[in-house]
Amino acid sequence: MKKKWVLIGLLLVFLFTFPLYSTNYLLHIGIITLMFAFASQAWNIISGYSGQFSFGHAAFFGVGAYTSTVLLVEYNVNPWIGMFIGAIIAAAIAFVLGFLTFRYKLKGAYFSLTTLAFAEILRVFVKNTDFFRKTMGIMIPLDINPFWYQFQTRVGYYYTILILTIIITVIVYLISRSRLGFNLIAIRENEDAAQSLGVRTFKNKMIAITLSGGLTAFAGTFYAQYLLFVKPETVFASDISVSILMPAIVGGVGTVAGPIVGSFIVTPLGELTSQMFSNLAGTNLIAYGVIIIIIILFMPEGVVGRYHDWVNRRKKGNKETQEQKESVTS
Amino acid sequence: MTLLKLEHVTKRFAGLVAVNDVSFSVDKGEIVGIIGPNGAGKTTLFHTISGYHVADEGVIEYKRKNIRGLKPEIICEHGIARTFQIVQPFGNLTLLENVIVGAFNRHKKYSEAKAVAMEMLEFVGMKKRADVRMKDLTFPEQKKVELARALATEPELLFLDEIMSGLNPTEVQEMIEIIKEIRDRGITIMFIEHLMAAVMSLSERIIVMHHGEVLAIGKPEEVKENPAVIEAYLGGAV
Repeated sequence: MKKKWVLIGLLLVFLFTFPLYSTNYLLHIGIITLMFAFASQAWNIISGYSGQFSFGHAAFFGVGAYTSTVLLVEYNVNPWIGMFIGAIIAAAIAFVLGFLTFRYKLKGAYFSLTTLAFAEILRVFVKNTDFFRKTMGIMIPLDINPFWYQFQTRVGYYYTILILTIIITVIVYLISRSRLGFNLIAIRENEDAAQSLGVRTFKNKMIAITLSGGLTAFAGTFYAQYLLFVKPETVFASDISVSILMPAIVGGVGTVAGPIVGSFIVTPLGELTSQMFSNLAGTNLIAYGVIIIIIILFMPEGVVGRYHDWVNRRKKGNKETQEQKESVTS
Repeated sequence: MTLLKLEHVTKRFAGLVAVNDVSFSVDKGEIVGIIGPNGAGKTTLFHTISGYHVADEGVIEYKRKNIRGLKPEIICEHGIARTFQIVQPFGNLTLLENVIVGAFNRHKKYSEAKAVAMEMLEFVGMKKRADVRMKDLTFPEQKKVELARALATEPELLFLDEIMSGLNPTEVQEMIEIIKEIRDRGITIMFIEHLMAAVMSLSERIIVMHHGEVLAIGKPEEVKENPAVIEAYLGGAV
């Protein structure tokens, strides 16, 4: 137990001092890594804990990005406020999506495909709507001032996303120890058994997807403010959905640390491959494909899941040797 | 006091009548055994009462409230818990976590739920292994934990669906003692069982089902001598 807190402390020290000794490019990778750690943590609530795999979290990411941007450009609303409005709209959309799918008891691949299609519908809708400036996208006018969610250097963005990631991780940790968290895991493990124990499956899934969608939108707004530009292909595209779900799957679904550990493995690799082969589009997706094959073959429970297993086994081993000793002495 | 009352309950599956015009009532504090040949409709009856199936006809009253058509989770909240014929574990969770899910039915706080779960694990004699994952247990052990999990929801009426099947004679004896203790705690029990020795020693009343219908209801000795029951079980050979 103590060792865990020391580890977390060291990680926090590293993350907070990272800008001091990193290059500008490394900082960019750090920012993207944390951003997808954040989004993956949000994804983790519905998909990791309650086991309803969403392939369409780009929908909520895109809604977050577009809402704050449109509000800023058209109505001069501060992005710090727009961020919350985006989250509310994304949560509302997630609620509707959840209602339509869970009401009709869609599960497994059917649920996943529905979410995928849902994100695609939003992408096509935005792409073809004049109000959202179609495929051109929307530029955010330069106004470098933290008050307007714009920073002089990448350091400001880095600390913003770091704090957001810490907040969401605390939220997920609290959920994991709450009634909601246990209910969600029970639904994932065995829905019939969960019902027999008084778990309101529909209600819990609705809470999870609404929360998950709303939180994902914060990452969308952050991305928009970081690039100062949104367009359908960058925020609604299905490879955003993949980048969101990858960290949790690699790190360990349904664990608090999984999405973060996973993002530090996956996201830099994706960034580096797409950097190295910048003339070839989609090489990061090839890298993701390879990683996913390796993970599914060798540690389907993810890196953190594998670690938990290992700790459990050691504990069990220790206990058994202890019992043996006791039986010998008695 | 009548806890559960069924009146003319019928459940059909595409023309097959699985439960046919079943009526009976269960008093508070009773242990009622349900027996009958395979396919008699015993498990379907449990599913129908606990909300996994919706009865096509009839009335199911629990504490004078109609519970027919309610979802399983709501019925659990009303105070009816159950175990399954084929164990339904949360395999990747530890025993403690499995039981905590049940305890959260009545308790909102993690610490309270954990305390209840620990107590239930101790009750079924599995406290020592609280940190082991459910999927690493043997089948009889899983049955015990499933019982603890159902008890953690703090029910007034408990359904046990063939909880003795697959247990060896020692384990059966243990389970009989556990069930008696549950009854002593004031929980009403209905159980489906094939093991006659267990049924005879535990039940205060027995309901015999055959082809979806209630063939006989009565005290163990009465049922044992009922010609219709002997006919159903032994085909009239004796």
